[in-house]
Amino acid sequence: MIMKRTNVLKGIATAPGITIAKAFLYRKEIESISSEEINDIAEAQISLKEAIEKSKKELGKIFELAVKKLGEKRAAIFEAQMMILEDNILIDTLLNRIDKEKKAPEYIVHDEITKYQNLMNASTEFYMKERSQDIEDIKNRIIRNLKNKKWKSKIDNDVIVVSENVTPADTVLFTRANVKGYITNFGGITSHAAILARSLRIPAVLGVHEATAKIEDNDLIILDGYHGEIIINPTEKQVEYYQDKIERLATFDTELLTLRDEPAVTIDGQKYIIQANLDVNEEIEFVIQNGAHGIGLVRTEQLYNVLENFPDEETQFKEYCDLANKLYPHSVTIRAFDIGGDKVLPLDLKEPNPMLGWRGIRFLLDHQNLFKTQIKAILRASVNQNVKFMIPMVSSIAEVNKTKMLIDECKKELEEKGLKFNPNMEFGIMIEVPSAALMIRDFGKCVSFFSVGTNDLIQYLLAVDRGNEIVSSSYQEFHPAVIRALEFMVHEAKITNTPMNICGEMAADHYAVPIIIGLGFHALSVNASEIPYIKKIINNLSFKECRVLVKECLKLTTEDEIKSRILKFYKERFTEFVDKIFENNNR
Amino acid sequence: MIEKNVKIINNAGLHTRPAATIVKIAAKYKSDFYINKDGLSINGKSIIGVMTLAAAKGSDLVLTFEGEDEHEIAEDILSYFNRGFDEL
Repeated sequence: MIMKRTNVLKGIATAPGITIAKAFLYRKEIESISSEEINDIAEAQISLKEAIEKSKKELGKIFELAVKKLGEKRAAIFEAQMMILEDNILIDTLLNRIDKEKKAPEYIVHDEITKYQNLMNASTEFYMKERSQDIEDIKNRIIRNLKNKKWKSKIDNDVIVVSENVTPADTVLFTRANVKGYITNFGGITSHAAILARSLRIPAVLGVHEATAKIEDNDLIILDGYHGEIIINPTEKQVEYYQDKIERLATFDTELLTLRDEPAVTIDGQKYIIQANLDVNEEIEFVIQNGAHGIGLVRTEQLYNVLENFPDEETQFKEYCDLANKLYPHSVTIRAFDIGGDKVLPLDLKEPNPMLGWRGIRFLLDHQNLFKTQIKAILRASVNQNVKFMIPMVSSIAEVNKTKMLIDECKKELEEKGLKFNPNMEFGIMIEVPSAALMIRDFGKCVSFFSVGTNDLIQYLLAVDRGNEIVSSSYQEFHPAVIRALEFMVHEAKITNTPMNICGEMAADHYAVPIIIGLGFHALSVNASEIPYIKKIINNLSFKECRVLVKECLKLTTEDEIKSRILKFYKERFTEFVDKIFENNNR
Repeated sequence: MIEKNVKIINNAGLHTRPAATIVKIAAKYKSDFYINKDGLSINGKSIIGVMTLAAAKGSDLVLTFEGEDEHEIAEDILSYFNRGFDEL
C-alpha cells in the first residue's frame, strides 16, 4: 500500500476485523478530594452508607450482564469487587474514622482503600497489580457515588472506544452500546479486554502507546485489527481504500463460506485436513461455522489466564468435554498447559532467559500434581475417542517417557475411581525445539503423532527472539534453513510412519501454503478465520507443482530469493484472486 | 489467645477464592481472628485485607484467635489451610 502514513499508529493486532467509526475517548475523571473538616458526622456516615448501597446496586447490574454475555465463570471476576462492598470490617473502619477524624467521607474512603492498594502494588505476585486495578474501580465508584455524580458509562452508540486501559467491567458495559472497536494504550493479547474482544468478535488494537494522547473525541478512525494499525482522521483516499476493502472482504467472505462443507483438495486430487487453533472456548461456534475438520491445537493455558489459577479436574473436564462433544466426530487435540516460570516465580526471581528456561514440559514435569490433574481431565474427556493429547517444548526422549509414566498412573487412578476414559487415547508431541526435530525418527517409536509449532521452531533454529524489536527482522519464516529443516522433518516422520501436522502461524500465512503442501504436510491447523482462505488456495493448487516449487526453494540461499520465487509462483497461477488473498493476509 | 503457624501449600497460593472462603468461615464465629505475615497484621474477617496478603505457595503465616469460641474457629480455619484450600 503506497500512502502517506503520518496519521497511522501501530499497536498489537488483538482481534481481527476492519472498522471505520468515530472515536469515543473513555476517560475516567479523577475526582478531587478535599480533606476539610466536617460538622455533621451523622450525615456524613449516612451518605457513606448510601453510596456503598448504590455502588452495590450498580455492580450487581454489571455482574448480571456479565453472566449473560460471558457466562458465570468469567463473570466471577466481579465477585471479589462485590464482596469488598460487603466487607463489614472495612465499612466499620470507614465509619469510625469519619467519627474520629471528622473528615469528609470521600477523603476517608480514598485514604483507607489506597493503603490496601499500596500493599498490593508492592507485592511481587504477578496478578496483584490487576487486583489493585479492581480495587481502584471500587474506590472510585464509591467516591463518585458520594459526590452523586454519574459515571461516564453512558457512551455513544456505534463508536470506537479509545482508552488508556479497559477493565472487565468497562468491556461488559460497552457491549450495550454496540461498540465497533477498541483501542487502548496498554494491554496485550492475553489481557481480559483482549480475550473479551475476541469472544465478542469486536475488532481491537491494543498497546497503542499514544492512543489517548493523539486521538480526540469524534475523530474519524480506521481500525485495522488484522494488521494492528489505526488511522486518525484519514484522507478521503484512505477511507475509500478501506471502505472498498471492507466491502470486498465481505463479498469474498460470503463466497468463501460456501466452501464450508467442501473438502480441501488440490487440482491433482490430494486431500488435506484443515483444523482450527483454539484460544478461547467462545470461539467454538465460529470454528464450526468456518468448516474446520476438528481442532488441531487447544491452547489450554487460556483457562489459566482467564481464571488466574489452575482450574481443578472437574472444571477442566467440563471444558474439554464441551469441545469434544461439539466437534464430534472430528478430533480435538488438547495441548498441556504451555506456561513458563513467570507464572509462579516472584518477579525478583525472574529467569534471565525465560525462552530457554523453565517452560512447557519442563515446568509440567516439575509440577506433577498440576500436570496429572490435567491429564486426568483430558483422559476423561476422551471417552468418545475423538480427543488427542500432546505436550509442548519437548527436547528429549526422557521427557516423553516420564510423561507416559504419568499418563499410566492417571489411567490407574481413574480406573480405581471407576471413571471412564479411552485407554488408547493418542499421545503426541509438539516439535518446536531443534533437538526434537533432529530425533524425529526416535520419537516416532514412542508417540502417535507430531505437531510442528513453527513460531518457536523458527525462533530456536535461528536464535532470534521475535519479541525483541532490535532483532525481530532476523526472524525469517522463509529462511532457507527453515524450509530445509521442515523438509528433513517431514521425510523423517514418513520413515517411521507417524502423522505430522503443522500448527504455527506459518500454516496460516498465505504465502506459505504452496510450500507447506509441497513439503508433504497433509494436515494444517490455523486460526478459524483463515480456514476458508486456506481451502480456497489449496483447491487451486496442484501438489506436483508445489513439490517442484519446494525443490527449487531448497536450493536457494536467502529468504529474499525464496519469497520472490513464491510470489512468482502465485502470480503465474492466481491472476484472478491473488489480491484478495493477500490483502487480508494477517501479517 | 491461640497462636498458630501455618504454611501455604497449594500451587496457586492464597488467591481470591480461598480469601473469600476464609472470610466466610471466620464470619461464623465470634472470636477475633488475625493473619500476620512479614510484620503485617490483617483482620481475617475482612476480604479486602485477606486479598491484600497475596501469600504465595511456601509463605509462612501466623494466625491468632481470641474470644469465647477461639478453639472452634482455630480448628476450622487451620483445617482449611492444611487442606491446601481444597486445591491439592
